Amino acid sequence: MDILTLFIVIPVLTMTGIVLAKDIKGVRITAAVGMGIQVLLSALLIYLYIAARHSGNSAEMLFIRDIVWFKSFNIHYAVGVDGISVAMIGLTSIVVFAGVFASWEMELLTKEFFISLILLATGVFGFFISIDLFTMFLFYELAVIPMYLLIGIWGSGPKEYSAMKLTLMLMGASAFLLVGILGIYFNSAPGGGRLTFNILEISKITIPISAQYLFFPLTFVGFGVLGALFPFHTWSPDGHSSAPTAVSMLHAGVLMKLGGYGAFRVAIFLMPEAARELSWIFIILTSISVVYGAFGAIVQKDLKYINAYSSVSHCGLVLFAILMMNKTAMNGAIIQMISHGLMTALFFALIGMLYGRTHTRMINEMGGLMKVIPFLSVCYVIAGLASLGLPGLSGFVAEMTIFVGAFQHPDLFHRIVTIIAVTSIVITAVYILRVIAILLLGPTTNEHYDHLTDAKWYEKLSAVSLISFVALIGLAPFWLSSMIGVSLQPIISKILAFSPF
Amino acid sequence: MSIENFLIMRHELILTVAALLILIAEISADEGKKKSVSMFAIILFSIATIAGFLPGHTGSLFGGMYESTPLRLIMKNILNIGALLVFIQSVTWLKKEENQERTSEYFILLISTLIGMDFMISAGHFLMFYIGLELATIPIAALAAFDRYNNKSAEAGIKLILISALSSGILLYGLSMIYGTTGSFYFNEVAIRLGNSNLQILGFIFFFAGMAFKISIVPFHLWTADVYEGSPVNITAFLSVISKGAAVFIFIIVLFTVFPVILKTWQKVIYVTSVLTMTVGNLFAIRQQNLKRFLAFSSISQAGYILLGFIGGNQTGMASVIYYVLVYIFSNLGAFGVVVAISNATGRENIDDYNGLYLTNPRLSLVMTLALFSLAGIPPVAGFFGKFFLFTAAAEKGFYLLVLIAVLNTIISLYYYLLVVKAIFINKNENPVVKFRSDFPTRLAIGICVAGIFFTGFASIVFEIIRDLSFGV
Repeated sequence: MDILTLFIVIPVLTMTGIVLAKDIKGVRITAAVGMGIQVLLSALLIYLYIAARHSGNSAEMLFIRDIVWFKSFNIHYAVGVDGISVAMIGLTSIVVFAGVFASWEMELLTKEFFISLILLATGVFGFFISIDLFTMFLFYELAVIPMYLLIGIWGSGPKEYSAMKLTLMLMGASAFLLVGILGIYFNSAPGGGRLTFNILEISKITIPISAQYLFFPLTFVGFGVLGALFPFHTWSPDGHSSAPTAVSMLHAGVLMKLGGYGAFRVAIFLMPEAARELSWIFIILTSISVVYGAFGAIVQKDLKYINAYSSVSHCGLVLFAILMMNKTAMNGAIIQMISHGLMTALFFALIGMLYGRTHTRMINEMGGLMKVIPFLSVCYVIAGLASLGLPGLSGFVAEMTIFVGAFQHPDLFHRIVTIIAVTSIVITAVYILRVIAILLLGPTTNEHYDHLTDAKWYEKLSAVSLISFVALIGLAPFWLSSMIGVSLQPIISKILAFSPF
Repeated sequence: MSIENFLIMRHELILTVAALLILIAEISADEGKKKSVSMFAIILFSIATIAGFLPGHTGSLFGGMYESTPLRLIMKNILNIGALLVFIQSVTWLKKEENQERTSEYFILLISTLIGMDFMISAGHFLMFYIGLELATIPIAALAAFDRYNNKSAEAGIKLILISALSSGILLYGLSMIYGTTGSFYFNEVAIRLGNSNLQILGFIFFFAGMAFKISIVPFHLWTADVYEGSPVNITAFLSVISKGAAVFIFIIVLFTVFPVILKTWQKVIYVTSVLTMTVGNLFAIRQQNLKRFLAFSSISQAGYILLGFIGGNQTGMASVIYYVLVYIFSNLGAFGVVVAISNATGRENIDDYNGLYLTNPRLSLVMTLALFSLAGIPPVAGFFGKFFLFTAAAEKGFYLLVLIAVLNTIISLYYYLLVVKAIFINKNENPVVKFRSDFPTRLAIGICVAGIFFTGFASIVFEIIRDLSFGV
């Protein structure tokens, strides 16, 4: 068995183990061990990947495994990774690992919770390793559907409404995606020959321009909804705020990245001409996402809503950067995905921990928590600073790269939207600092909170594992960006082949 | 008839023998041992099902009126599997006091409809087709009225027989026009002589309307919900899966072999009816509280998706239609299996009754969820593959807009399937369905369905076999 298939097999084994586990403790330990192995495995994958690159293996994708599945449609189970997918897999395994510890105290239907959570993770892992559009789509839907139960059963607030809204909107997106994928498939052999779902093979040919004009918007919107593209972002705040902690973490941290990754790997990579021509529409929409999300976060009082809108803003920035279609910006987009994934997972984990103690998520009901629970508060400050792009943390690297890349476009349109998007940095600083000020600093406003206990070991583990990677990327970004950059090369050269500059 | 000819007709002949044997068993069984009749019937039918899978003889009989091809054998086998599942699901219900003495009637009637379906599928001539159709329909009407102390059941029976008579009339009227203009009832001769004259197209439309009644395509679907609700649950399951499947099978054969000349015409007709069928079925399903009505409307919308495989007139289309019917048999019978089990144990059939079901009956809940996900087309279960291939078949001929409408419709359907899932997992209930352990036949039937839901999807061999036998216009 190849290393990539293990990323699906281990979660499946973990789920089986959970089914067989006798009590809650057994369930937790099985989940933690399984996802711990997954982290180690992704570390191994990163190591093997870098080693293979150093030894001069310059293939576009490594560790390729290709098994014919449905012969008549030329559907394959095909997996393979490049630097970008390796980075995303690393992100996913860390966030899932942290998510398991963040839901350590889950009492209600524990078994079912962890099974759904890991099923979701399976879908995400499968999505990132797939290089066949059919399997990719299969894993996409597999990742979305457990969300319904996760939010509906274990959520809070108007959970049934949010769960249904989220599921239907994401499934609606997959409807567009399905048509887009079929369109790509039936145009994958314009000169005659065998139709294919394989991304690498399709990237070698040019899909007829008229078909691209039809299917690029469908595919991009299909993935864009998952990446919180304005005006299809509305599932995100409701969904995140109703979801239980680990699910918010996974969802904002990883699932939304499926949107960015897919938009980039499928929509833009396979249909660059249409992307070039139509990108202005989506650039406008994404800059609205960026600014609107940031403003939305300012007016919210609920911590989860603040972070959900902040996610809309940051994920909008990912799509924005991808649409800039040059190497610097795209590099930034990938780093932003990873940075935001870690940071927002950290945020949601901390919010869950705070809520577990204070039983409220309203910022105006809390205050002065820094004195009571210093560990959690410091973590929160670190997450906030990463979010607003403080140098030394991952957010700075990502946003810097994105805006430098975006500004490389000499024309007025790109300059203006870039300037608009850059304002989000300021707005982000406003809402982050405001929350920190109200929530953590000053005197304690509520005497009930005077005797809160600080983080337990599993909470510390969850937070520290995320923070260390935020700092690692912030302090030493070049190993990551060079790993991504090498893999971006074929994509960029495909785009450049048809572009005027 | 030589032995060869017997082998060619083995599906029909074995079933006829089985029906006769059940009759004999009924006569010879003592008063107290009527229960064993159902065991006997199921064993007989299992043998018939297995015999159907043996490598078969193909060819045509009666001067071309009866044709047997590998494709048609596969169709019959698929129907046999479904019918076997319904048989097994019925055992518990037949043990009830009021049904016990009529056990053999039940099996004989069901087997005769199956014989009718088999003849219909093997037809090479419109008369054979018609006789098979009637033989398939009339016993079903008797079965719909099987629950004789229930007014709704009697109503269902009478509605079904009236609608069948009406639709048969319409169908025959269309056929008479086709006969009048082509001078033949043989499929292959009609196919050659068919032109594009208005009368022939009118004849086709009438034929289509007649078939649309049987498959319950909108706007010919109005009987469906009442009949499905009134009939005993097992018969509802049979109607929604086997009867529909058989009609779909013969319809696609006739369309592809007899009417390829007017492909452009029927593409338009199917385009419109397909969109209507999906949308109306889905929108009505949202409002249903009774699970039988709910599944009735969901099965209407499923027929709409199936039409997507028709529209291209391509090999992929036929393959995905047959494949989807197979997947649909497992998924829908899985859902019905749970409904039957709960209805037998507690007599409750409303969605509200399922509130909190997961806490009392987790296994049944999981099966129901899987079956509904398969109906909605969610991976990793087989429904996803089935729907994907249907959509691929339509997209192959460039019907992208239709595919988009269909996929958006699956989102609507997902909404109401999730309402049931929500009832099961999320809603609270003061008075949930009590915890019970279903008996062996029920568990067996449900187990086969679950295995089928997974196996038919992941094992690509199933689709590839069907695909190799299919043909396009």
